[in-house]
Amino acid sequence: MMEAKTEDTVLDVRNLQTVFFTNSGLFRAVDDVSFSVRRGETLAIVGESGCGKSVTALSVMRLVPDPPGRVVGGSVTLEGTDLLSLDEAEMRDIRGNRISMIFQEPMTSLNPVMRIGDQITEVLRLHQEMTAKEAWAKAVEMLRLVRIPEPQRRAHEYPHQLSGGMRQRAMIAMALACRPALLIADEPTTALDVTIQAQILALIVDLQKTLGTGLILITHDLGVVAQTAQRVIVMYAGKKVEEATVEDLFANPKHPYTRGLMASMPAVISFGAKTDARLNEIPGMVPSLTNLPPGCAFAPRCRLAIDRCRAEYPPLQEVDAHHLAACWRATELQGAP
Amino acid sequence: MFAYIVRRLALMLVTLFGISVIIFVLLRVVPGNIVDILFDAAGFVDPTDKANLEKELGLNLPIYQQYLNWIGGLLHGDLGYSYVSEKPALQEILPRIPITARLAALALLFSASIGIPLGVLSAVHQGSRLDYTLRVVSLSGLSLPSFWLGLLILMASVSMFGSMPIYNPNPKTWTEAFAIYAVPAMAVGFRSAALTMRITRSSMLEILRQDYIRTARAKGASEASVNYRHALKNAILPVITVIGIEAAFLIGGLIVTETVFNIPGVARFLVEALRWRDYPIVQNLVMLIAVVVVVANFTVDMLYAAIDPRIRYGD
Repeated sequence: MMEAKTEDTVLDVRNLQTVFFTNSGLFRAVDDVSFSVRRGETLAIVGESGCGKSVTALSVMRLVPDPPGRVVGGSVTLEGTDLLSLDEAEMRDIRGNRISMIFQEPMTSLNPVMRIGDQITEVLRLHQEMTAKEAWAKAVEMLRLVRIPEPQRRAHEYPHQLSGGMRQRAMIAMALACRPALLIADEPTTALDVTIQAQILALIVDLQKTLGTGLILITHDLGVVAQTAQRVIVMYAGKKVEEATVEDLFANPKHPYTRGLMASMPAVISFGAKTDARLNEIPGMVPSLTNLPPGCAFAPRCRLAIDRCRAEYPPLQEVDAHHLAACWRATELQGAP
Repeated sequence: MFAYIVRRLALMLVTLFGISVIIFVLLRVVPGNIVDILFDAAGFVDPTDKANLEKELGLNLPIYQQYLNWIGGLLHGDLGYSYVSEKPALQEILPRIPITARLAALALLFSASIGIPLGVLSAVHQGSRLDYTLRVVSLSGLSLPSFWLGLLILMASVSMFGSMPIYNPNPKTWTEAFAIYAVPAMAVGFRSAALTMRITRSSMLEILRQDYIRTARAKGASEASVNYRHALKNAILPVITVIGIEAAFLIGGLIVTETVFNIPGVARFLVEALRWRDYPIVQNLVMLIAVVVVVANFTVDMLYAAIDPRIRYGD
């Protein structure tokens, strides 16, 4: 594997497998995914909707709704503890304490009938020995840390009295209140205005640096990845198809799917350039997870696919130093798309 | 908020006025008054006697005059005299109120304290055997008329203990008090409990799917905290509405239950008074019930604002 397990490793996920049992059959939402996150590092997980990014995160938190979902294989090790072997009570001590999660929808992720302060206080009192008064003071301090103006007053307010950006800040305050070793941010900026997006990202990265937290950033926005992450894994149809450092990935993507993602990013058109240039798209649709082709799941949409791609799934191979890709033709691809 | 409450109170007065007109007119539309009933029973009619009696009771006056007399008296705290007992109506009604109030309060308490926790349990364990059992039991609760349930309870009591509870204004032991009040309250409250359970269940199922429930779990909150602290507080609004409406419907259930269990409360008294066309008793009792219903409605609306911070009554 690419990342040797070091003292610095906060989270180590090996061969994670999560399946869903549905009426139309069993599907592998996460299939044999491995990665690790070091202290203070940002790992981005990139892919289209339904590729298994969020289920990977929920599997790490052990919050996959069961039924219909279940983690059926692999290991998740947080600071040396195997999370999959813990019982539910032990896992509750970890959630919100050692691993926290920020969700996509700040509008609906906060409890509408509880004050902001109470929602932060709750997580503190669950995991730390604190009186109600101390916890409240700490909650106000956290709100100040996430740069919410007038934190004393805001702590007394309800979610509907805050804007979307403010709510996401409050979510971040809640997630970081116990100084977790790992923060998982699942599309934290998708639901926000563009101007607010940049502020929230900057805030997350800034706090992550200050607190030394490991960060998993789940996104479909490659622009966000370039700004914030050190390493990236690309997922397609439940599998990891590429992993590299941000620089490597953008300079030299090795999987045709990654190349397709990058080519479909709109570029800022410089003055005098042709403005009617069409945006590239990846032809076809994401395959249904209940009915995957025998070979590479991306083959039906891939311009470079050969017969072997349709017959055999390509193993994840180190194509360059610290650069993994699961493609039979990876070594033939050179340079940015 | 203050302006809103004032406006609501004014609206309540208008509602009560409307109810007073309706009940007054309806009562007089029903064929026969107490004089007719008395003379029919005697089997002999002397038209002058009848006219004298009607005059004495004020039944010969035009209907609007009768209405004004009643309302005028009501505003002065004078409820008139019962035609049957010839005692002041207030004296007849007042002592019966605590009996019915106790029954109604117990029935509501029973339905909330049984219905809400079972509803939560059913929702949390959706699709389990427990869920199906509770749903079947609650369906039976909705379909069993309360008088029949009351009769069943009495029959069971006779066959098991050889006796049935007889009303006694001063119960000596706790078991006696339980038999006199709690058993009828449960009989009449079973329906509300079933309804409360079903509403709680469906409301909880809706809330348990929300994002903030996932957030609560991600914080490390226990299942009990997720279900009660986070979910139930959001799910309770429709339940409160139903309990508020049930509080009004309860009067109907109490009429039969008080009759079946032979309890001298307001509800049974109302039916007796109606049989004799005892206008002063019926009119004033219905007004009393109307006040209770209107106040219950108002309380529910105020509770909404107290529970859900998003609901604020402005101007």
